[in-house]
Order: sequence, then C-alpha cells, then structure tokens
Amino acid sequence: MLFCERNSVSTVVVVVGMLTVLCTAAPALAQGPTYRLGTTPSADEIKARDTAVSPDGRELPQGSGTVKEGASVYAQKCQACHGLNGTGTPLHRGLIPLGNSKPVKIQGSLVPYATTVWDFINRAMPSTKPGSLTPNEVYAATAYVLFLNEIIKENDVVDATTLPQIKMPNRDNFIAVELDWKPGQRRPLGNYPRR
Amino acid sequence: MGSHHADRRQFLAESAALASLAVGAVESVEAQAPPPEARLKDNLAYGQPSRFDTTVRRALGAASAITDTALTTPLQDLDGIITPSGLHFLMDHVNGIPEIDPRQHRLLMHGMVDRPLTFTMDEVRRFPSVSRIYFLECNANSRPLRGPNGDSVQLVHGRTSCSEWTGVLLSVLLKECGVKAGASWIVAEGSDANKYTMSIPLSKAMDDTLVAYAQNGEPVRPHNGYPLRLVVPGWEAIRSVKWLSRIAVGDRPAMAWHEAGNNADTRPDGKALGFRFALGPKSIITRPSGGQRLPGRGFYEITGLAWTGGGAVTRVDVSVDGGKTYREAQLQQPVHRYAHTRFRFAWEWNGEEAVLQSRCTDEQGEVQPTIAEAAKILGVTPEYFLQADHFNGIQPWRINRDGSIQNALL
Repeated sequence: MLFCERNSVSTVVVVVGMLTVLCTAAPALAQGPTYRLGTTPSADEIKARDTAVSPDGRELPQGSGTVKEGASVYAQKCQACHGLNGTGTPLHRGLIPLGNSKPVKIQGSLVPYATTVWDFINRAMPSTKPGSLTPNEVYAATAYVLFLNEIIKENDVVDATTLPQIKMPNRDNFIAVELDWKPGQRRPLGNYPRR
Repeated sequence: MGSHHADRRQFLAESAALASLAVGAVESVEAQAPPPEARLKDNLAYGQPSRFDTTVRRALGAASAITDTALTTPLQDLDGIITPSGLHFLMDHVNGIPEIDPRQHRLLMHGMVDRPLTFTMDEVRRFPSVSRIYFLECNANSRPLRGPNGDSVQLVHGRTSCSEWTGVLLSVLLKECGVKAGASWIVAEGSDANKYTMSIPLSKAMDDTLVAYAQNGEPVRPHNGYPLRLVVPGWEAIRSVKWLSRIAVGDRPAMAWHEAGNNADTRPDGKALGFRFALGPKSIITRPSGGQRLPGRGFYEITGLAWTGGGAVTRVDVSVDGGKTYREAQLQQPVHRYAHTRFRFAWEWNGEEAVLQSRCTDEQGEVQPTIAEAAKILGVTPEYFLQADHFNGIQPWRINRDGSIQNALL
C-alpha cells in the first residue's frame, strides 16, 4: 500500500535499486521454501514458547521482586534442596557462589549475567514443578539468591529494568574462546588457554 | 487366497492414489507393518544379548548434582566403532528423561527468519535425509583418575560414544524458513522439564549440524533425545540438544545456564573459559586397560579408539614403554570424520613391567599431548586437570609383572 500511494518515478528507482543491492550483495540469503513442509505458527504460539531471556533482558516480562519476598519464596519452594540460606544439602549443591559445586563463599562466581539466573530459575525451578513460578516469584527468588551472594543489597528491587544492569562479580573474567567460529577454522592449539 | 490378493491389489491401488495426492505416504507405511498379534511377545521381538554376556553394561559415574545422571559406555568391552544405542553414554543436566509422544512433538523454528515454521515428526521425516557416523563426547570426559580408583577406561573415559545418526541437515530446515541477513546464532531448546538451552553459531548450524531422528538404524533412544535431537559433529556434546523442540535464529548467544558459565573451565588466574566448541584429538587404549589382568606372557592385540573435533584421525601411534618410543598403529578403514576410529597394534608381552599408551594425530596436524605437555601449555601443574574439562591428554596404563593393570597417569 505504501508503494502504491507513492507511485512516483523516484520511488520506483529507489525500490529497484534496493532490490538490486539485495540480490547482488547476498545471493546466499535468497532462500525460498523448497519442500513446502510445515505450518506457520501463530504469533501467540511463538510468544508462549519463546521464554528465553538474554543478557540485555529485552525479553523480560512485567513484574518485580524484593529480597524479602524472595526469602519467603525460597523457604517454600527452594530450601528443601538448596538448604538454609543457599548453603546446600547433602543432596544438592548450594547457591553460593552461583554455579560452584562447593557451597563456599569465594570471590566471584561462574555466572556472568544476572539474566541467566532469572532465566534458569524461570525455566527449571523448582525441580519438582519446573516452570510453575510466576514472574513475580522468579524476580523475588532471583533477588534473594543475588542477595545471598552479596551482589545486591537488602532493599534492592529486581525488575525488568534493574536486572540487566546488575553486574555479576566475575563478569569480566569470562573468555568465550570460539565465539566467532567459522567452518574449517583451526582449533586453537591444544584448546588450552595460553598465557 | 484369491480374495486376499484382491484386497491387496485394491490396497495397493488405493495407496498409489493416495501417494499421487502426496498425502498418503505415512499411512501406507504403517499399513505394511505386521498386526500386533503377529509380533513376538518375548524378548525375541527385540533381540537381547546372550545370558552369558553379563559384563557389557553401562556403569554409573559420578554426578555432580541431584538432577544430573551419568551413565558411562563400557569402552573396554566393545569392538569396532559403533556404540550400541543401549550402551550410549548419558550425562544429563535435565530433570529426568521426558516421555515424549512423537505424534504430539513439534519443532518450532522462528526468530530472524522469513517464514517461522512448525514441523511435526512426520514432516521432519519427509525432508531429504542423510546418515552420518559421528561421535559424541561430554566436555567433562577423561578427567584423570575419575571413578572409585581411576583404573577403569569406562569410568574415566566412558563419556563418549559413536553412532550412525540419520536425520535432516539443519541447514535444509533453516533454508526452508529463510534465514534473514544479520543472523549469526541459533538457540536450540529441548522439551525436557528444564527446557535445556544451548547456542550454536549459525556458521556451524549451516555447515554440518544434523537434526537426527534415528540412531543406528532405529529411532533415537529416549535417553538420547527421542524423538529428535541435534547432533553437532566434533563439538562438546553439551551442544547436541536432546528432545529438540525449538530453534530460534538470532544475532547473539542466549547465555543460558549451561553455557554462560556452568560449563566454563576456571583457570588458575581466575579467568573462566567457555564456548570451547571443538574437542581435541584423543585416543585411548581400551584393551588392555585399567582394572583388567593379563593371564600371562605372549601375544596380545592392543586396541583402542581415537577421535577428534578437528575432523579425521590421520594417525595413531602406540608406545609400550611409557612414551619413550612410538610405532604407528593400524587404523580400521574407512576412517570417518568426527567419528570414533578403531586402532589395532600387535604386541608380544614378555612378562616385564610395561606402560602402554597411544597418541592421536588429526587432519589439522594437531597431536594429542601428554598431561605434562598440556600442563606446560597452560602453565599449571598436572593436578589442575583433576577438575578441568576438555582434557585430551595421553592415557598410560601400567602392566605389572603379575599381569594387573593400573592407571599410570598421575
């Protein structure tokens, strides 16, 4: 409709020019359906299944949680496995530091992004009923776990705006070795980090 | 008989008519299967090992958390290069193995694509297929001395297996959706309870990554991802997402729990290394190996497996004197890229103490290091590898005079 309303010579030239650029610059991207199998999902279906939250937090839902609310959620739904104050049980690792196999407080942790904590609690916790927490409960549980790890303060509120801004203590110490991998690329020698 | 043949002719005619409408392929295949009452009810319906074969079993390895399960492949008991599906290793970070009805299973592909699409299993199977022999290996395989005493090739190295996988190249499915310019990653998700998530560069997804529905000729086993799993050749197996149900095309990795930091290796200087995709060249002598006992001096065929994330194994050398001298082993042909490669080496044991070890070289020219060489590259002591992943050091087995065999790595 847009092009019909602007049916001038200059617009046509621009459009043809754009098409030429697209065709010459990226022939590999001209991917039409070859086999015509599958069905088109509805936008609602995609939205319902696309729950992953990336580091910039753009996918985070509405809601918020405090440390105090999180302590309550934790006591009800997390403590049985993760122990009092996240220190672990004989059955399960603790939550301090995040991701470490031993419940001992050391400098830093193995989680570079706070959004990753939110995402994993949201998709995988509690283990008896994964995916059953409301967004507010996930925000609250995340706040409590981050507080236990001395990453946020007792009165901080975690929501879609504040969560991506939280800097995990070990963020700058992660090296993604093969982030720009290309076919045929030689493996980094020995695949061992060298000083 | 006459009416039977008439029914059959009528059936064939109907099948042909349906096939010409391109809607009847699946139904006609199902109609050819024998009726349930004609199937054998005892274990002849699915052949089982001899009752005298009681040793070839998976073993329970050490798991690190309540939701993790580790079952290791009995490499010492196997021959050739294919791991029987029932003996494939299992190292899961999911909350139980899901029971998935393939009729309900859907693969959703969306994100930076021209046409988001949902595929049923029947639709996935209608795409052009390929069969490829690929190994899978857990990035945490081969930690030195793992297990109760570290004297077992199964407990130390049994987190690798090799199968013939059949499925659709992921590139075919991605092209069907039309990948948009600017896309550089895919994020794959399973339909287990935790919705296990992993990110893979688009370049690998478009290269040789496979969406597999069959393993060794039959449907992928539930513990290996039934009805659909990703197989990412040569890469740490945590990328090969099981129970695959969603692929989002995007321009960045998801930084999901199991990839952001959980599988990163911490270095002595405090840095953590993640996103280490390709596995290093590795070889293991599986017989004779730790925990076994040689009955006496005389001839033995040393055998084992080699593999590499660098492509094809080009050479395996074997030493019987702890690495002082090496001689080239025979490789079972054909050698498949990103697959286990069987090697064999004739050996006469004179009854004296001996240390057996093997060394793999791959098509990129990379050579499997000793633990000392690996430690030197890193600037660490060999003990560092007790807790580090991606270790591919040479594995020595010491043959004692009484024929007993021990892990001689550390």
